[in-house]
Amino acid sequence: MTPAATSLLCVAALLATALVAVPFGRRARATPAIYGASLAATVVALAGALLHLVAGGTSEVVLPLGLPWLGAHFRLDALAAFFLVVVNFGGAAASLYGLGYGRHEEAPHRVLPFFPAFLGAMNLVVLADDAFSFLLCWEFMSLASWALVIAHHRATDNTRAGYIYLVMASFGTLALLLAFGLLAGPQGGYGFAAMRAAEHPPLVAALVLGLLILGAGSKAGLVPLHVWLPLAHPAAPSHVSALMSGVMTKVAIYGFVRVVFDLLSEPSWWSSMVVLALGGATAVLGILHALMERDLKRLLAYSTIENIGVVFVGLGLALAFRAEGMGWAAALALTAALFHVLNHSLFKSLLFFGAGAVLGATATRDMDRLGGLIHRMPRTSFAFLVGCAAISALPPLNGFASEWLAFQAILQSPQLSAWGLKIMVPAVGGLLALSAALAAACFVKAFGVTFLGRPRSDAAAAAHEVDRFSQAAMFILAGLCLAAGILPGFVIDAVAPVTQALVGDRMPRQTGVEWLSIVPIAEGRSSYNGLLVFLFITISASLAVVVIHRFASRALRRGPAWGCGFVEPSPMTQYSGVSFAQPIRRVFGTLAFRAREHVEMPPPGDMRPARLTVQMHDLVWDALYAPIAGAIGFAADRLNTLQFLTIRRYLSLVFLALVGLLLVLAIWP
Amino acid sequence: MALILDLLVQGGQMALVLALSPLLTGFVRKVKARLLRRRGPSMLQPYRDLLRLLRKEVVLADNASWLFRVTPYLIFAATWVAAALVPTFAIGLKFSWTADLIAIIALLGSARFFLALAGMDVGTSFGGIGSSREVMIATLAEPAMLLIVFTLALVAGSTQLSMVAVMMSQPEVGLRVSLGLALIGLIMVAIAENARIPVDNPTTHLELTMVHEAMVLEYSGRHLAMIEFAASLKLLLYISLIACVFAPWGIAAPDSAPLAYAIGTAAYLGKLALGGALLALFETSIAKMRVFRVPDFLGAALMLGLLGTLLLFVSRSL
Repeated sequence: MTPAATSLLCVAALLATALVAVPFGRRARATPAIYGASLAATVVALAGALLHLVAGGTSEVVLPLGLPWLGAHFRLDALAAFFLVVVNFGGAAASLYGLGYGRHEEAPHRVLPFFPAFLGAMNLVVLADDAFSFLLCWEFMSLASWALVIAHHRATDNTRAGYIYLVMASFGTLALLLAFGLLAGPQGGYGFAAMRAAEHPPLVAALVLGLLILGAGSKAGLVPLHVWLPLAHPAAPSHVSALMSGVMTKVAIYGFVRVVFDLLSEPSWWSSMVVLALGGATAVLGILHALMERDLKRLLAYSTIENIGVVFVGLGLALAFRAEGMGWAAALALTAALFHVLNHSLFKSLLFFGAGAVLGATATRDMDRLGGLIHRMPRTSFAFLVGCAAISALPPLNGFASEWLAFQAILQSPQLSAWGLKIMVPAVGGLLALSAALAAACFVKAFGVTFLGRPRSDAAAAAHEVDRFSQAAMFILAGLCLAAGILPGFVIDAVAPVTQALVGDRMPRQTGVEWLSIVPIAEGRSSYNGLLVFLFITISASLAVVVIHRFASRALRRGPAWGCGFVEPSPMTQYSGVSFAQPIRRVFGTLAFRAREHVEMPPPGDMRPARLTVQMHDLVWDALYAPIAGAIGFAADRLNTLQFLTIRRYLSLVFLALVGLLLVLAIWP
Repeated sequence: MALILDLLVQGGQMALVLALSPLLTGFVRKVKARLLRRRGPSMLQPYRDLLRLLRKEVVLADNASWLFRVTPYLIFAATWVAAALVPTFAIGLKFSWTADLIAIIALLGSARFFLALAGMDVGTSFGGIGSSREVMIATLAEPAMLLIVFTLALVAGSTQLSMVAVMMSQPEVGLRVSLGLALIGLIMVAIAENARIPVDNPTTHLELTMVHEAMVLEYSGRHLAMIEFAASLKLLLYISLIACVFAPWGIAAPDSAPLAYAIGTAAYLGKLALGGALLALFETSIAKMRVFRVPDFLGAALMLGLLGTLLLFVSRSL
């Protein structure tokens, strides 16, 4: 059996599981059965994709479905195999987590059918090899995830999140439809092979790129198309949030890469400037939003936007290098982007699993009602800490390895000849550095407020550790974050066939380098060895511990914390998430959110407490979406009168429309 | 045999930074005291302080977690490894290619991440105020530092410190505007990173003005010793870094004779003394800033870094 057929069989198994879940979803035994079946199918698909990525080559399948003269084409090449690995690994981890987490689900029949369907749809999008199948599977993926977003439809704001998601998803699919229409051209070559072979004029290429930024970018969460993401991702059950943030955004990136790097003939150099600018803005704005957030899952969703920005910066650099014929640098930038795709799927799934564990144990996502969970949930907190360190790009974990590659790619860009890029790239590099530093601050806040300190509510004080399945899923992901961080060379080599296919070059082979270092260009220019850094830190820390405990002192006494003379201060006097972010809000927020603070001080003698109110605006929403929503509402109000006309008026309207159309036909040249 | 010698030199560097860093702290304190017309404590006082702290028992707050106890060792280890990777008396050491300048900065970032977490662990307001201000400072200092690294890397064509040091001692590098900007920016970042005046005051005892000291308020005994040691190592690291990049004279080439190593060590000690004295002079001549003036200070460093990088993107000779 060909690898593509194996993948399709796994998808068929997932879809069959979804169908089985429709009638049996309410049964108690359905939860382990459905998640178990999903786990098995995704593990098989993962193994197939991994083997194919290592073995190389392409394999195709044509099914007699879809458009009669076209059929449904599916194709598994290096790019698809890489993204299948990401999708199915995330899917397998979420299924494993669901085995435990799903038991507490109140309405399993609203989740179980859509979970395997969502997984299958994401696999199909990556496999599709013609525009029709791609769009169909894309829309199926959107709808399945939408159904999961509104699974808890009675919770406040969830229906609104679902509504906004549906609107944005439909809009994105429309943009993709138009993009594929332009790519297919007047002959209607809807197969990807035909698009690849066709030559696209510059105007068409620019339009397609713009439409893809709208279509795939809205699904991935590019600013300013991100507004649905922080609403919809947290609304779903936590393992689905992990899938949406960790995996579905990657499928959107796949769509972008597939079209821009593979199908479209080379776009001009300035198009990379658009991608770079959007990526940089997305990275900084996403993480600033995350810092201001007090809802743990929404913070993670905003941080997803930041990471998407980082990936798009890598993609923009790769486009710029490719346009100038610097294949080796393009390979470096693309490798950085793809490596970050993999890394983000690992640590974002881990963090959402941790947030789900906290939600399950305390029934709240509000960080300012949590605290002290490190004592009550030691394993979850350890795994979450690894995730926080990885996403903050701290060596020797995986987030640092991919950001390091991105910085190395930026350092190659003075050799670009276009002036616009010469000025833009250092600014984008600064934005990338700023977003990395802000991410570290954000995850100090996320971990510190949620897990450290003293509990701020009774629910947090009575929390308990989660089940074994959830722990296993989190620890596997944490282990992989470390493994990918200390052995990045293997990942880089695995991505090499993808860059070879897309930009015609690859990074030098890394596995043969002494001591397993990574050397992007040449040893004299830069090198990094995560394994040795990890070993050095471990050895010197253990050395310090051993020497001090052996020769100095090991005595320890517990006592109350220093309270400046106040006895037993309330846990509410601790720094909360909002107060932790206050200095950063004052530095960046006045510009980015028009944040204003107002202190209402009662007059002397009045016993009322003073009140601090903080006003913040989402400028993107105010400037872009509120006017659009207002215009649509206005138009709908005006058109409402059309609903109550007499039959005479309707007939005359039809007649006028007919006359108008005939006039157009008559005047048309 | 060559491998053993390489390892010896590398081990020598690790031991050297460890042995010298408290002396540097003591030296800066001594010079500051002298500038203020005080006699000041002996230069060996930091060693005595460390030994005294190491021998004392640890008093741990009631709800301190395992993270609080692990953090001092992690910070010490990360800072030590970072300090040992910056060339001091010789370049091209056995493991110098393990981490380039970006990775060294990120290692310090790891140390800060865990220190900020430890500040929030006990759950007092002081820890929180210290952590939140520290990360605010870091969000500006880290990008500024990375942009300065970009400037240096573009001039030298490498992010490896050994290569940067070699390139900087070549005559064709010469005087450049971007390097001047990078030097000023780097000094500003180094002041902020090491919690020195005017950004922070390492000797303050007023809680509301503390940043670094507020975070470590709950630490005592051997844990505090580790953190103080890490702070000394970090100061040494930044002075070594500035010396290695902007004054790479006398530094020993790879596989040179013992005499070259001796000259390198002497030159390094001289650079450290000069750097420490200049720091003390600067600190005594300036007042501490309000916390919310610090973003302006670091924003200036960020802009200098950006300007330096931009100049190099526009022209390779500026």
